Amino acid sequence: MRLSHILAGAVAALSLAVPAMAQETVAIVGGRILTGNSVIENGTVVIRDGKIVSVGSGGAPSGARVIDAAGKTVAPGFVAVDSGLAGTEVGSVSGTNELRNSANTLSAAFDISYGLDPWSFTLPVARLGGITRAIVVPQHPGSSGGHVHEDETAGAGDRGYQTPGLFAGQAAIINLGQGSNILVKPRVAMVAPFGEAGAGIAGGARGAQFVLFKETLSEVRLYARNKSAYERAGLRDLSLSRADLEALIPVANGTMPLIVTVHRASDIQQVLRLAREEGIKLILDGAEEGWLVAGDIASAGVPVLLNPISNLPSDFEMRAARAENAAALNAAGVVIAIKGNEGSTHRAREARYNAGNAVSHGLPYGAAIAALTVNPAKIFGMAGQFGQIAPGAAGDVVVWSGDPLEPLSQPSAVFVNGVEQPLTSRPLMLRDRYRQQTPMPPAYRN
Amino acid sequence: MIGHHLRGVSLAAITCAVLGLSACATTGSTPDDTAAKPSKERTLAAGLDPATTLDPYPSTYQPMPRENFAVVGATVLTGTDRKIENGVVVVTDGKIAAVGDASTPVPSGYRVVEARGRYVTPGVIDVHSHLGVYPSPGVQGMSDGNEATNPNTAQVWAEHSLWPQDPGFNTARAGGVTTMHILPGSANLFGGRGVTIRNVPSITMQGMKFPAAPYTVKMACGENPSRVYGGRNQSPATGMGNMAGYRAAFIAAREYKAKWDKWHETGEGTAPTRNLQNETLAGVLDGSILIQNHCYRADEMALMMDMAKEFGYRIATFHHATEAYKLAPQLAANGICAAMWTGWWGFKMEALDAIEENAALVDAQQGSCAVIHSDDAELTQRLNQEAAAALSAGRRAGLNISEEHAIGWFTSNAAKAIGIADQTGSLTPGLRADVVIWSADPFSIYARADQVFIDGALTFDRSNPAYQPTSDFELGQPGYGLTAANVTEGAR
Repeated sequence: MRLSHILAGAVAALSLAVPAMAQETVAIVGGRILTGNSVIENGTVVIRDGKIVSVGSGGAPSGARVIDAAGKTVAPGFVAVDSGLAGTEVGSVSGTNELRNSANTLSAAFDISYGLDPWSFTLPVARLGGITRAIVVPQHPGSSGGHVHEDETAGAGDRGYQTPGLFAGQAAIINLGQGSNILVKPRVAMVAPFGEAGAGIAGGARGAQFVLFKETLSEVRLYARNKSAYERAGLRDLSLSRADLEALIPVANGTMPLIVTVHRASDIQQVLRLAREEGIKLILDGAEEGWLVAGDIASAGVPVLLNPISNLPSDFEMRAARAENAAALNAAGVVIAIKGNEGSTHRAREARYNAGNAVSHGLPYGAAIAALTVNPAKIFGMAGQFGQIAPGAAGDVVVWSGDPLEPLSQPSAVFVNGVEQPLTSRPLMLRDRYRQQTPMPPAYRN
Repeated sequence: MIGHHLRGVSLAAITCAVLGLSACATTGSTPDDTAAKPSKERTLAAGLDPATTLDPYPSTYQPMPRENFAVVGATVLTGTDRKIENGVVVVTDGKIAAVGDASTPVPSGYRVVEARGRYVTPGVIDVHSHLGVYPSPGVQGMSDGNEATNPNTAQVWAEHSLWPQDPGFNTARAGGVTTMHILPGSANLFGGRGVTIRNVPSITMQGMKFPAAPYTVKMACGENPSRVYGGRNQSPATGMGNMAGYRAAFIAAREYKAKWDKWHETGEGTAPTRNLQNETLAGVLDGSILIQNHCYRADEMALMMDMAKEFGYRIATFHHATEAYKLAPQLAANGICAAMWTGWWGFKMEALDAIEENAALVDAQQGSCAVIHSDDAELTQRLNQEAAAALSAGRRAGLNISEEHAIGWFTSNAAKAIGIADQTGSLTPGLRADVVIWSADPFSIYARADQVFIDGALTFDRSNPAYQPTSDFELGQPGYGLTAANVTEGAR
């Protein structure tokens, strides 16, 4: 009863706060339009029925609600890759963390989409950073939760202790529109750590993980070929649960991409070779030393999710980390996507600053915008569906006061699926509560 | 500033030790007559009497090779709320000699640095860094930042853990950072002493140590101490346990200080046994050691301010201070700086109410001291960007904040927060010539530090590999000597 009460209140608040409906026609006029692939000066974007219907230099169609974007910049909503949005609220409160699962009997089959919370207070915050879509990615159980040096555990190292299971689980795509329908697509990729973290899972050495990985795929294929025998217990014992075996079939046959978190150049080369030998489809995540083997990554046609500000030899598998990594990979022809900070949950909004830093370290501006928009869509099989301002794409559009990569710019309008989103968030409510003093305590100020 | 904070015998001893002033080097006398004076010949070895050994690991810092120069043509943000278009900054013998408009004379023989279209600011100061104590690589053998063995480790000094080869010092300098305050970690109620350093490459910690900067002590409120020690089934396990621990420690320190004061006055009996833990806290009580207090929540900061009154000391700075905006007037009224992030929030409960406008709302109070800090090896490279995001949030809230004012959040206010504003933090004649020439407005994401001067010496030049130092650790590592994306500027 109490829950329904809260929900009713939330729905009421939502309906009050939403200023536009998906059905109306909106024309954003006069701005500098970054389509994701190109720039149109003084252009017009028309959104109807949740989708972009036109972009160009024409005027607003009659009857459209017109948003004046003169002097402003209009960009596709950004896509947070490698994100924890809607999967966790407070980092240290494990009860809110739906991103990791340490059961020994369930690894690859873990499906993050069931645990996502459309009412997460992290979503409006990310929206104010121009983010309208996210790839929500499971974390492997030993990974760090962020703000590492405040994790005062002695001896475990910054990844803590590992649990068995080569796979972290399956990622999902969400939109950041208000309401309960944030799930765009579940099970879009499998996630696995390699390098030191993966070695730790396998027993401590890289050479063990690769063998275990190959053995695992072999078992998956054996299972896939002999399902009926498996069902009547006519197959030899397999090390994975049935759910994990099922979940890995699309990975083994190359239809579901495997997001591999990997840092060291030599590990990247080994993983590329593994993928070639096994016929699996890769997405590299991290790849701080990627620039050393950029040609190999490019010729393998493997995309990379990266954080361009990661430039320190944080450990022995990142000794070649450089701020120019994004520029070097892009120049070599690798499709890159730029991540936010600390798992792109609370600090997902910093992705635009990270892209700006990549620009100041050699990445062309257009490539930086693409790395926040069209590239993530392409990498996750959504090219043309979102992440660009083009006819037929989802109406995910943000109007910025200036260059969206600049901190001094702020969004003045955010659309998700053609619906204008309120520019509010819990932190902004706190700001407004404490801006002015009143005789009554702050608790009486809304 | 230092004189204001450092009183009594401690100040005299530090000043004498660091500056080697002959007038006080032999007697240890002090300008403060109420402070302890020995009434008989000393009989204790130096290490056994706290009055004679306040800085036993003294700075050996020497400025790097330098010349007199003037930066001309740039937009100058002085750190003192001034913005000068087409300005001139004159540096003589490592000090700021003159700052003014285009008519400011440049003495003959000075090297002229043409900086039209660029920006000049004071050196960036990070008041909360763990570089060197939590270095890269962050492997267990190098995890030297947290003596997490007792709730009170006021006896440990960060300078004894500092690894000067941390590559992070070089990347921080490339971000304009000329001064850093290195703190021990936050597991403990009293984590130990912090150390302020000049961000220069050095073989030794002493070679980086900022001459005459006051010592500080790290205190931590909140979740960290109670989580770490509560997790071991010992006190503190709660916020109330935290407070009990602080109070007991100050009571013990007061008693310790009284014993020494009495012995110094009378010289009777056996000298007390030196206790390093109590000594640090006695330094807090006499005002010579500045409290750098990790404290997130408004209610906890209020408790800490009451406790300062209870024991008669003052708090220099609250660090992290995510809820500083909730009690900004009290912070300003008590003269306490708040060192803050802009973008970090939500990683634990005490960071839940962090807002991007924190610095701007703290700053809006008369007499306030808002500081942007990093606590992070990556963020320290971009304190200007973190300040830009705070400035942007403030303007979004309708606050009229100028860039010449906001620059103080990571320069002059930062210097004030760690007690060195009389030495650096602004482009003021007489101060150390810690100067950054930026490629663009430092509040732009695209701005990079082109040149960084420390005490008037060029320590980093983005376009000259001869001024892009690498640490010993980086030699011969993967990628060493190679350039990524045909970019030759900056080591990393």
